[in-house]
Amino acid sequence: MTISNAAQPKGAVLVAGGGIAGMQAALDMADAGFFVYLVERSPSIGGVMAQLDKTFPTNDCSM
Amino acid sequence: MRQHPRYVDMDKCIACGQCAAKCPKKVDDEYNAGLNKRKAIYVPYSQAVPLKYAIDPRYCIYLQKGRCGVCAKVCPSGAINFEDTEKMRTIEVGSVILAPGFRSFDPGRLDTYSYGQAPNVITAVEFERILSATGPFGGHLVKPSAAKAGTAPKKIAWIQCVGSRDINRCDHGYCSSVCCMYAVKQAVMARDHSSGDLECAIFYMDMRTQGKDFDRYLENAKKSGIRFERARVHSVAPPQHGDDLTLRYARQNGDIAEETFDIVVLSTGLEIAPESVALAEKLGVPLNSDHFAATDSFAPVATGKPGIFACGAFTGPKDIPHSVMEASAAAAAATESLSVARHSQTHTLVLPKETDVSGQAPRIGVFVCNCGINIGGVVRVPEVAEYARTLPNVTYVEENLFTCSQDTQDKMAEVIAREKLNRVVVAACTPRTHEPLFQATLASAGLNRYLFEMANIRNQDSWVHANDPDAATRKAKDLVAMAVAKAALLTPLTQTELPMSRNALVVGGGIAGLTAARALARQGFPVHLVEKSDVLGGHGRRLRATWRGEPVGERLAGLIADLEADPLVHIHTNTAVTEVDGFVGNFKTRISTGGGSETIDHGVAILATGAKEYKPKEYLYGQHPAVVTQTELDDLIGAGDERLAGATDVVFIQCVGSRNAERPYCSKVCCTHALRNALAIKAASPETNIYVIYRDMRTYGLREEIFREARAQGVMFFQYDPEAPPAVEAEGDRVRVTFHDHILNRPVAVDADLLALAAAVVSDAENGLAQFFKVPVDGDGWLLEAHQKLRPVDFATDGVFLCGLAHYPKPIDESVSQALAAAARAATFLARDTILVGGVVSWIDPALCTGCGGCIQVCPYNAIAMSEITGMAEVNPALCKGCGACAAACPSEAPILMGFNNRQLYAQIHSALAA
Repeated sequence: MTISNAAQPKGAVLVAGGGIAGMQAALDMADAGFFVYLVERSPSIGGVMAQLDKTFPTNDCSM
Repeated sequence: MRQHPRYVDMDKCIACGQCAAKCPKKVDDEYNAGLNKRKAIYVPYSQAVPLKYAIDPRYCIYLQKGRCGVCAKVCPSGAINFEDTEKMRTIEVGSVILAPGFRSFDPGRLDTYSYGQAPNVITAVEFERILSATGPFGGHLVKPSAAKAGTAPKKIAWIQCVGSRDINRCDHGYCSSVCCMYAVKQAVMARDHSSGDLECAIFYMDMRTQGKDFDRYLENAKKSGIRFERARVHSVAPPQHGDDLTLRYARQNGDIAEETFDIVVLSTGLEIAPESVALAEKLGVPLNSDHFAATDSFAPVATGKPGIFACGAFTGPKDIPHSVMEASAAAAAATESLSVARHSQTHTLVLPKETDVSGQAPRIGVFVCNCGINIGGVVRVPEVAEYARTLPNVTYVEENLFTCSQDTQDKMAEVIAREKLNRVVVAACTPRTHEPLFQATLASAGLNRYLFEMANIRNQDSWVHANDPDAATRKAKDLVAMAVAKAALLTPLTQTELPMSRNALVVGGGIAGLTAARALARQGFPVHLVEKSDVLGGHGRRLRATWRGEPVGERLAGLIADLEADPLVHIHTNTAVTEVDGFVGNFKTRISTGGGSETIDHGVAILATGAKEYKPKEYLYGQHPAVVTQTELDDLIGAGDERLAGATDVVFIQCVGSRNAERPYCSKVCCTHALRNALAIKAASPETNIYVIYRDMRTYGLREEIFREARAQGVMFFQYDPEAPPAVEAEGDRVRVTFHDHILNRPVAVDADLLALAAAVVSDAENGLAQFFKVPVDGDGWLLEAHQKLRPVDFATDGVFLCGLAHYPKPIDESVSQALAAAARAATFLARDTILVGGVVSWIDPALCTGCGGCIQVCPYNAIAMSEITGMAEVNPALCKGCGACAAACPSEAPILMGFNNRQLYAQIHSALAA
C-alpha cells in the first residue's frame, strides 16, 4: 500500500476493518465519489455488532 | 495487502450449506462465543455478508492431513478449491482509515471470578449470544450448566468493570464506556425472556449512563425491579454443592455481604487486540499507553501519521452511535485532501435504453427461490413453480437455489430479453433487503425497474410455518398468485432529475458549526455560516482547556482564522434565519442581518445551534456570592481570582439541574469539567481542600485518567442520592454545606469559601429553527436524529443534518466528530449533480380531494401542503418517501401511491380471497 502524493492525490481510500465503523466510513466515502477498498480480516463483514442481540437504548435488533 | 485463501470460489459458491452439513470436523463457534460448535467449512452466521462459505485452514482435515475432501465431493457448483493460495495485492490510495475495532477483555486472566471453572460464570458477550434467537440455545434463557435440561435461572448478577477501571489486576485504567448500558439492557432483556420471577442485580461502582436517553432507560429499569447495588465485588466462589455461585462483596458503607446467584455475568470491558497494535506499529501510527490510537480533541479522527485516520473503538472505548458518528467523521477527514480527485476512480453505470412496454399485454416471468434450505427445506418449491405456470399472464417460470446470486442475476437479464418479459415476480425473501438488487437487474435488461414485484415466501412463510410444510406450500402459492395479480397491473414509473445546489448552509458559529463549515469548504463546497451573535466561537470562548489540556482559545482562533481566509466560506454574524423554503438540493433560506435581508440558495443545511447553561435555582445560587457555576469557576481560575488563592475549602456539587424529574438526562460534560477545575485549583494551591459531592462520577472512557489523578492529588469524593441532597446555608461570607458520609454513616458539614455547582446543559430549542426546517425535537428539547444508532447526524428529512450541543450535551472532541460527520453526510448529497425525484411517491387527485387536510396531518415527512391556488392538498415528490400514510388516511381515496395504487392492491386482495 502506498499513499499517493499531495499534489496529485488518488481518489481512492483504504478502510481497514469491516465492523460498523469501517462499513459506515466506506459507504459515506463511496457516496461522496471516492473509490473504497474495504479490507476485513475475517470471512465476512459486520464485526462485533453482528454478535449482539439487541442494542440500547432502543432495544432494536442488532442485525 | 495479503489476502488469505478462502479455499471456496466466491463466484461459484451458492451458500447451499451442503458442504458444512457433511463436513466431519467440529470446532468452537466464535460467533456464539464458543458456546456451541460449527464446522471447519462455514459461514460465520446466517446473515453474513458475503453469504459465501470459507474453509478454516486451521481445522480442515484435508488441508491439515491431505485426506477427507468430502466438501468438494458434495458441492453442487464445484466451488471448493483446495489449491487456493495467498495473494499479495498492491493498491494506491489517497488515504487510509483504520477501524480495527476492539476485543472483549478475557476474564480468564483474573483468578477471582471462577471464570473458566464454573460454567455459569460467563462474559457479557456470551450472555448476549444466549439471549439471541440465533444463539446456542435458540434464544431460551437457560443456565449453561443445564442447557440440555433447559433449566432457567432464577437469579442473575452482573459484575461491572471487569477488565476496566482496574490497574491492580489488569492494566486497564480506563472506563470501557459501554458496559453500564449493556448490563442494564441485558438485565431488562433477561427479564423479558423469563416467566417473570427472575431476579436481576447489577453490582457497580458508578452507573455511567451518560448518553442520549440512557438515564431514562436506567430509571425505567430501576422501576421495573432490577436491583442496583453500589458495591465492590471481592470474588465469585466456585460452586461447592450443586451449581450455586457465591458472590462476596463490600457494600458502600464497608459491610461485607455474601449472596448466591444462578448465573454471574462479567461485564467485560473493551481492549485493543495485539494484531491492531501490530498494524499500528507497522504503519507508524502512534498509540497511547492504553493502546488506543492517540488523537487530539480538535482532530479526533486524525492519527499522528499524516494520511492515516482512525475511527470506532480504536480511538477509545465507545458505543455504536458514537462509532457511527466517528466513522462518518473519518470519511470527511480522510477525503479532505482528495477532493480534487473526487469521481476520478469511480465508475458510472451505463444502463441500456428502456423498452417501451405500453400497449403490450403482460408477459410475466416468475422466479421462485429455495434460499438454500431456508425456503426449500419447508415449502415444496417445485410445486409452487408448477402452480405459477397456471396463473394468468405468466409466460415463464424458473426455480432457483438462490435467486439473488450473481449468476442467477446474469441469467435473469438474459431471460428477460429472450422471453420478452415485461413484468417480473420474484418469490423469495423480503423487498427491504433484496428489491434494489432485482430492480437493478431489470434496469440492466432495459426494463423499467418498477415493473417488479416480490412475494415474501421466506420471512412471512417458511420461517413462521417451519413445522407445517403443507400449509406453508399452500401459502406460498397464494402469495405468488397475489404478486402475479398485482404485477399484471404494474405500470412503468419515472424519476425526474432536479439540479443540486452545491452550497451548504451551516447555522450556528460555535465549535461544531465552525468545524462543519471548514470541513465542507475543504471538500470544495461553498458554505454560508450563519451566527446570531456578533462573534464566532460560542461556548468555546469561555472554556480554558479540554480534558486533555488542549488550549481551547488558541484552537478556536485557528479555526476562525481558517474560515476567514477561505474564499469558499461566507460568514454572516448578527444574523438570524427568518424563513426556509424548498427541499434537498433546492433550499431557499431567508436570513436577516441588522436591517437587511437576503435569500441563500443551498442544497443542504447543518444545524449546529448549541445549547445553554442552566441558571441554578438551588443551593443559594444568585443569593450568596460564594456560590458559582463551574463555568464561572473557569472564569475565576482563568483570571487568577484572589478568592481562590485564599480559599481553604472549596465544595463542588454535581448534577445541579440534571438527572431530575424536570430534566431526566445527564449533562455528560460536568463530571469531567469539575475534575479539570479541581486539578487546576490543586495545582495552584495544593493545600486547598476540595470536596466533590456527586451521584455517579461519569468520567467515562479515557477520562477516567483524570478521576484517578484527582484522587491522587487528594480531592475528596462523597456520593449522594437524589433523595438526600446536600444542604447549603449562608455562614457569613462562606456557605455551610452539609452532606452524608457513607463510611462514617453520619452527616458532615464543611464551611466552604467557594461552592461550585455543576449546572446542567439545557436546550436552546425555542430558537424556532427546528420548525423552519421541519425537523423534530425530543421531549428534552434536543434535535431528534433519524435513527439513534445508525443515522446519528441525519434527520428523516433529506438534506438536513445536525451536530454539537443542539443534539445532546457532549464534550468538544465529540462535537468536533459530530460536526465532521455532518459534513461527510452532507457531502454525499453535495457530490451529486442532480437528485432523482419520483418513483414510488404519492399523487393526490384534485378531482377527489376535498381539502380536509387529513393527509397533511399524517405525513411524517411534511411532504404535503395545501395549494393556495386550488385549495387542494398537493404532494411535493421531492419530499415524499412513498410511505402511503396519506393514501390510508384519506376518506375520499384521493391520494394515489404510485406502484401501490388501489387497483393494484385490490387485485392482490381479490386474488387472496379467491384462493
